[in-house]
Amino acid sequence: MSWFKRVKEGILTKTQDKKPTPDGLWYKCPSCKTPHSTREFTENSWVCPECSFHEKVSSDEYFELFFDENKFTELDENIVSADPLKFVDSKPYPDRIVAAKKKTGLNDAVRTAVGKMNGTKIVIAAMDFSFIGGSMGSVVGEKIGRAIDHAREQQVPLIIISKSGGARMMEAAFSLMQMAKTSAKLALLGQEGIPFISYLTNPTTGGVTASFAMLGDFNVAEPDALIGFAGPRVIKETIGKDLPKGFQRSEFLQEHGFVDFIVDRREAKEQLSKLLTVIAKKKRKTVKKTPADNAATANS
Amino acid sequence: MIYLDFEKPIEELMEQLDKARETHKKGKVDMSDTISQLEKKIESTRRSLYKDLSGWQKVQVSRHPDRPYTNDYIKALTKNFTELHGDRNVGDDKAIVGGLATIDGQPVMILGHQKGRNTKDRQYRNFGMPNPEGYRKALRLMKLAEKFDIPVITLIDTPGASPGLEAEERGQGEAIAKNLLEMSVLKVPIICIVIGEGASGGALGIGVGDRIVMLENSWYSVISPENCSTILWRSWEHKEQAAEALKLTADNMLENGLIDKIIKEPVGGAHCDPDTMYKTMKTEIKRLLKELLPIEKDELVAQRIDKFSNMGVYTEEAAE
Ligand SMILES: [Zn+2]
Repeated sequence: MSWFKRVKEGILTKTQDKKPTPDGLWYKCPSCKTPHSTREFTENSWVCPECSFHEKVSSDEYFELFFDENKFTELDENIVSADPLKFVDSKPYPDRIVAAKKKTGLNDAVRTAVGKMNGTKIVIAAMDFSFIGGSMGSVVGEKIGRAIDHAREQQVPLIIISKSGGARMMEAAFSLMQMAKTSAKLALLGQEGIPFISYLTNPTTGGVTASFAMLGDFNVAEPDALIGFAGPRVIKETIGKDLPKGFQRSEFLQEHGFVDFIVDRREAKEQLSKLLTVIAKKKRKTVKKTPADNAATANS
Repeated sequence: MIYLDFEKPIEELMEQLDKARETHKKGKVDMSDTISQLEKKIESTRRSLYKDLSGWQKVQVSRHPDRPYTNDYIKALTKNFTELHGDRNVGDDKAIVGGLATIDGQPVMILGHQKGRNTKDRQYRNFGMPNPEGYRKALRLMKLAEKFDIPVITLIDTPGASPGLEAEERGQGEAIAKNLLEMSVLKVPIICIVIGEGASGGALGIGVGDRIVMLENSWYSVISPENCSTILWRSWEHKEQAAEALKLTADNMLENGLIDKIIKEPVGGAHCDPDTMYKTMKTEIKRLLKELLPIEKDELVAQRIDKFSNMGVYTEEAAE
């Protein structure tokens, strides 16, 4: 029952073609202000070639980044949001969902898929910040829960790429309970010895941080990503002074022991594969000693 | 006695009652009829006021400064209590207390958020807002309970996990996440009771169990009504509206299938008659333990995971 022994070819039902990158478009890095051609920027994994600023990207880009030849089968794409609390603030929650769907072309704030990463079958869940701030409601919780189940049933490793402002307030307590649900599912995955890599990107805060994002066997972060439980604004208001430079950034989390390592997006696929390859190589044969063996050892 | 804004009618009647009693005591006029009438009126006013509290009013009751806290319940319900301190790593968080005790002879590990009563005490308890070491202490106690096969009772009463520099440095998110994972597979019965405020991850951090119970006037949600109002309406003024929208009362939570049971409070809230509250609570805990104790360990864990796995409402559209 080892995840790495399963080499059977998966049936890949969907191939996403690389989006054509038009020539003549420019990307201006918000950090160092250097302009680059969009093609150069895209081919550099959406990282500024000048200063290595990691631009926020969506599930599309992460799937392209990690899955071999951008081939993957999407899981549970038809799960969409309901309105369990009939929530209305300045507008009804269903209207927000419709608007978010229209704006992003997505069904909710996470997409889950199975494919291969450097030849190894893998399940990846990637969050989309553009969909209501990457907030976790019932759909996100259920899709991540099912992705974990899929990894467990198929005995393949799991990567969850987090990018979230926290809970989906419009689902109130339902949203809160997704933290418990995803964590419980991860407990089951862990019991089977299947590796889970939590890949943290800018930003990851609130309920996502206080559940699956911090539960990786390996917590890996992109450089300078905001990662925390309480949002910086809330902390600033609570303590009544400015926050220290670099507070709640990836490097701060590594320094305080909550992130295993920081990875440049351009090297992420190779780095994560290296990690999984080492685990897959484990070959330990144990031998049960007889009382005679023990006596021999004692006498030597 | 401290009265909440919606308890104004009771407060006025109480003032009249005090005056009547005083006059009576002076011995000039026999006021016994007035007194008994006023007492009856207070009783009926309280009953009708409390019959149909709004979400926001329940939030107010849940925060009443005289409301029983975790240590009060421990003192009233248990015997042989030994408080256990510290997370064996950083320190002892005062916002979460817990230890071993017995309830009518049944050993339990009982722990919960602890708020303070006066200004000094409130600061000492950090207003019931734990730091990561609080959650790690709670986990340590729960693991001890598992080791000795003793059921766990958690009492939830927090405005949220502490937001601060040190909390983030020491991994508030990781501490809560770890508890959610470990509690979901702990091999002893866990009963979680929201006794006051159940705010967000700070509450859920000790809130994964086999039975989730709320006191009648407690609340449980992903955010406080004030903070929800600030984020969605950009001002605190809409807290009543936010409290309604969040569906955070025990009734709402039971209707939505997110909790298992509501424990009734005395009329006027737990603080009006703490002894009755303790008695009811003890009866309920004993009843729940009786249900859970015979369940085989793996079955218990499987049921708990199913329970949380089923939480969530979504639509699954037919595949194209
Ligand atoms: Zn740059």
